[in-house]
Amino acid sequence: MTNVITTDNVRISYGDHEALHGINLNFQENQITALIGPSGCGKSTYLRSLNRMNDLIPNTTVTGEIRFRNNDIYSNSTDVVDLRKKIGMLFQQPNPFPLSVYENVAYGLKLSGVVNKRMLDERVEISLKQAAIWDEVKDSLNKNALSFSGGQQQRICMARVLAVQPEVILMDEPTSALDPISSAKIEETLMSIHDQFTIIIVTHNMQQAARISDKTAFLLNGDLVEFDQTEKMFINPKMDATSDYLNGKFG
Amino acid sequence: MEMQGEKNISKHLVRKQDSIQSKFIKPSKATREDQLGKLICYLSIGMIVALVVCILYFITSRGLATFIQNHVGIWQFISGSSWNPGMVDGSGNPQVGALPMIVTSFGVTLLAALLATPFAIAMAVFMTEIAPQRGTKALQAVTELLVGIPSVVYGFIGLSVIVPAVRHLFGGTGFGILSGTLVLFVMILPTVTSLSVDSLRAVPIHYRQASLALGATRWQTIRKVVLKTATPGVLTAIVFGMARAFGEALAVQMVIGNAVLMPHSLVSPASTLTSQLTTQIGNTVMGTLPNNALWSLALVLLLMSLFFNLTVRFIGNWGKRKYES
Ligand SMILES: Nc1ncnc2c1ncn2[C@@H]1O[C@H](COP(=O)(O)OP(=O)(O)O)[C@@H](O)[C@H]1O
Ligand SMILES: [Mg+2]
Repeated sequence: MTNVITTDNVRISYGDHEALHGINLNFQENQITALIGPSGCGKSTYLRSLNRMNDLIPNTTVTGEIRFRNNDIYSNSTDVVDLRKKIGMLFQQPNPFPLSVYENVAYGLKLSGVVNKRMLDERVEISLKQAAIWDEVKDSLNKNALSFSGGQQQRICMARVLAVQPEVILMDEPTSALDPISSAKIEETLMSIHDQFTIIIVTHNMQQAARISDKTAFLLNGDLVEFDQTEKMFINPKMDATSDYLNGKFG
Repeated sequence: MEMQGEKNISKHLVRKQDSIQSKFIKPSKATREDQLGKLICYLSIGMIVALVVCILYFITSRGLATFIQNHVGIWQFISGSSWNPGMVDGSGNPQVGALPMIVTSFGVTLLAALLATPFAIAMAVFMTEIAPQRGTKALQAVTELLVGIPSVVYGFIGLSVIVPAVRHLFGGTGFGILSGTLVLFVMILPTVTSLSVDSLRAVPIHYRQASLALGATRWQTIRKVVLKTATPGVLTAIVFGMARAFGEALAVQMVIGNAVLMPHSLVSPASTLTSQLTTQIGNTVMGTLPNNALWSLALVLLLMSLFFNLTVRFIGNWGKRKYES
């Protein structure tokens, strides 16, 4: 299996405060990797470093090496804009633009210079279908995306990410703000697309990690405690901390 | 013995109830204070409302006197282009055509807004998106300073810098719409800028994040997300700037030339509604046509400010429908 993203001794500090103390993790092509751990352990920080969204937070320093398809993404020659087209991101809160559903999904394509109406229509439809939201929005593509429910908005955002055809999709607790039914639909979407994308998902929901992920990484206080096949880790964790966390002894 | 005891208890209960009841029936000190506060509030509001109604009634009744008492046609007032309320023309009609002033007022207002808008947006983008820390401090100080300068100072600077410069560059006297526009441009710039800044700041940070995460450049994000969703706010800012420009009297009066003539170029002396009011109101006698005619100009100003207010509301509602459903 090829590694799509490799990270080596990644340390991230906000000012003087070091949030991650050297993380080594590799992500394989077309696999779903779950990042779990109690809140504040650095999951979001780590995830944001993979598509350089940390650049937007002042006073953040990243050391160590993060490679995407063997290119150092923090090297000066990396085109951040291009990188983010290849490594998309779905946020915790659904955040569609206050534009129509169509405009939302077509946004990334238009950025890349796609102007052909037929091509746009086609990509929008495919992406909405992939995100399992097409049937609910196909008659109201011109309606403001904000007028849909939270769960629908999150799937519209999913379609918006998929439309750009990234190689990797980062998700930061994408279902924690949603009701169980909407969460299930997002999970279904993940299962149906996971042979085409490399997915890294932060989740608070242990069952979710168990259901959907191939591999799981457990972080605690800025350190990587354990990283293994999800089944192995959930049935037979190597570390006591992992076992305690999985059994709900803290969290 | 037992009966007696029960009676005592019930008597006691009744008395207790009485005291509780009276407590509830009599207003407490806090309640009385509450009512007094309300009363003061309502009185103040009532006075303000009465004041506003009086002003509106006064301007309207005076302003309509031109048409009712002096029998000037409304159409003649709006479309006539000769203004000399003290005189009658060849056919015996008073000369109260306000069109030159209406055109000039709109002219300076629109031109000033047109000129100020790109600068205001550029400054607002710089302050909110490009250099939030450095830019905000510096420009905040500048805008606050500019707002604080009294309009007579702007007029004075206009008179001693802009008018000679315009005269030098374009010939003529230097007085006219161009000078008025330039002075108003500087005067409304801080208003439009700071309101635009507010509306750009109101764009939620997660729209920017979403856009950047999709591989947009910062500039694409500003153009396609930030400015787009802030459009209603920026339009409102422009209308507020226009309202200020339309109503500004002193500074404009000092540089526009105050000749009630149909402006045939940007550098010919002209007169706005407000500048005509400030220069002429002292020269007329209450109750005469020249005085009534000035009140009619004031009425036009009043209607225009109403129009600006309605526009702001309309834009607000439209923006809510479009971007916040
Ligand atoms: N923008 C920030 N500025 C400063 N400190 C931050 C910032 N974001 C996160 N942190 C700190 O970094 C640590 C990890 O946070 P985070 O990555 O959000 O954890 P998680 O996503 O696992 O809950 C926490 O101690 C948090 O306080
Ligand atoms: Mg987090």
